[in-house]
Amino acid sequence: MKAIAEVTPAAADPAPGQEWRPPTYWPFVVPALVVVLAVIVFPWVFTIWMSLNEWKVGSPTTFVGFANYVRMPNDPRFVEAVGHTLLYTALSVLLPLILGTFAAVVFHAKFPGRGFLRGVFIMPMMATPVAIALVWTMMFHPQLGVLNYLLSLVGLPPQLWVFHPGTVIPSLVLVETWQWTPLVMLIVLGGLAAIPTEPYESAQIDGASVWQVFRYITLPLITPFLFIAGMIRMIDAVKSFDIIFAITQGGPGSASETINLYLYSVAFIYYDLGYGSAIAVIFFLLIVAMAALMLHLRQRTMWTEIGSGA
Amino acid sequence: MNLRQILGKIGLWFAIFVVVSPAILFFLWMASLSVKFEVDNAAYPPVFFPERFAWKNYADVLASNRFLTYFINSLVVTGTATGLAMLVGVPAGYGIARMAAHKSAIVILIARITPGLSYLIPLFLLFQWLGLLGTLVPQIIIHLVVTVPIVIWIMIGYFETTPLELEEAALIDGATRWQVFLHVALPIARPGLAVAFILAVIFSWNNFVFGIVLAGRETRTLPVAVYNMISFDQLSWGPLAAAALIVTFPVLLLTVLAQRQIVAGLTAGAVKGG
Repeated sequence: MKAIAEVTPAAADPAPGQEWRPPTYWPFVVPALVVVLAVIVFPWVFTIWMSLNEWKVGSPTTFVGFANYVRMPNDPRFVEAVGHTLLYTALSVLLPLILGTFAAVVFHAKFPGRGFLRGVFIMPMMATPVAIALVWTMMFHPQLGVLNYLLSLVGLPPQLWVFHPGTVIPSLVLVETWQWTPLVMLIVLGGLAAIPTEPYESAQIDGASVWQVFRYITLPLITPFLFIAGMIRMIDAVKSFDIIFAITQGGPGSASETINLYLYSVAFIYYDLGYGSAIAVIFFLLIVAMAALMLHLRQRTMWTEIGSGA
Repeated sequence: MNLRQILGKIGLWFAIFVVVSPAILFFLWMASLSVKFEVDNAAYPPVFFPERFAWKNYADVLASNRFLTYFINSLVVTGTATGLAMLVGVPAGYGIARMAAHKSAIVILIARITPGLSYLIPLFLLFQWLGLLGTLVPQIIIHLVVTVPIVIWIMIGYFETTPLELEEAALIDGATRWQVFLHVALPIARPGLAVAFILAVIFSWNNFVFGIVLAGRETRTLPVAVYNMISFDQLSWGPLAAAALIVTFPVLLLTVLAQRQIVAGLTAGAVKGG
């Protein structure tokens, strides 16, 4: 085979020894590159340019430098939105991580119907968010909603859920947690599948309790996966839009207005595209900064783990 | 079976029940809302199994001629955006995997992190300038933001695991790279194609944020149409819940039928667009 190829090399191709030289695969990538440049890179570059301009729909644009950026810290609604976003994100990372780990441990066991039930379990995150939001809105209804009925069954007083500024963010986090716990479960389940069985066998011989096994064997071994899940959850929770917009539109008042919702209002209700672009840039940098912070924390905890000899 | 094992079994099934019930109960309640008359939906304590079923709720939603328009819009947008993404994304995934150009994946990562709204501002202006608003073209193009990264990301992963020996042999036999891709690499990566296709379809179908800005009255996709039902047309719960269920039913069905592919795709890339 080889000899024949050397005698009559294929016309379009270089000699066999050079086949995997990188540039030859460029034609495969070019169409996607064009698309990516058009719908991802171009919008980014243009957004940065717009953020440096006073740019309102229907009026002429003027270059204003960093004025749009200076506006943000002095805009109480924006500052408030940052606070809402941080609270919403922290809760929407923590709760799915805890519940998702529990669910993963359950799904790691072998039982009949496991595949089907796993399919059912991940339905919340695949379902159309707007459709879900609509049903949750009905369930949150203070008089007719089923949630207050369920509370009354266990003797708890009725709540105003998303209709009260004090409870709107926890209520939305409830929906977000219900929706995205499955993703954490899937990632952690992948981690559990990779754990060797030896530590469990020796723990059983030593008579360790279920909790001890989880705390001292499972948890340390799945930490990298929990970290990945937390990172993905953070990125998604910060950007959360559909659920909040469809249920509360940021209300009541602006009690559940996150950065993403405020960005929507600025850009597509007030049509202040310059300021909206500046918010988009800062929003993106905030997400990158939070991701970097998590990576940094991860590296530090890794060092302490090594330091303590674990 | 001793007592300890029996208790363990009971405990496991109790845990399974606890874990799965929020999803099951929610969708059952959604179905219940959608088949009840207004009297039953407004009853307290709530009625779970109505005595009379209001199938009319579904008939009403399906019969309104706008619904058909929105359904076709959704099909066109999701179908075209997914088709185009497969067309450009699958070869790109192949190229990136074979060139081992892992740094290029950073663009995908940036696309994954960027909030959907930040694409909307510049593209909205561009579409306005091109006079495309009012057609489905802007939505098809912007849905590529969701579908292309998903397809590329998943296909990189699949092509990295397919064996190189066969491709090498085909090249030595004088096949062109394009032929190798089409006849050797692609058939092996068929499971990956299914995963990429299913996830791109679902996330495009579900997308809401692009539609609320770009869709006009005639160009709404189903999620946007349902949202508009809440705010304007409908106040009764039965037809609303029916509409919500109709919109999300194809996705739920796909999730249960193709859960293996979906799980594989989500754990490989953990991608979600928008």
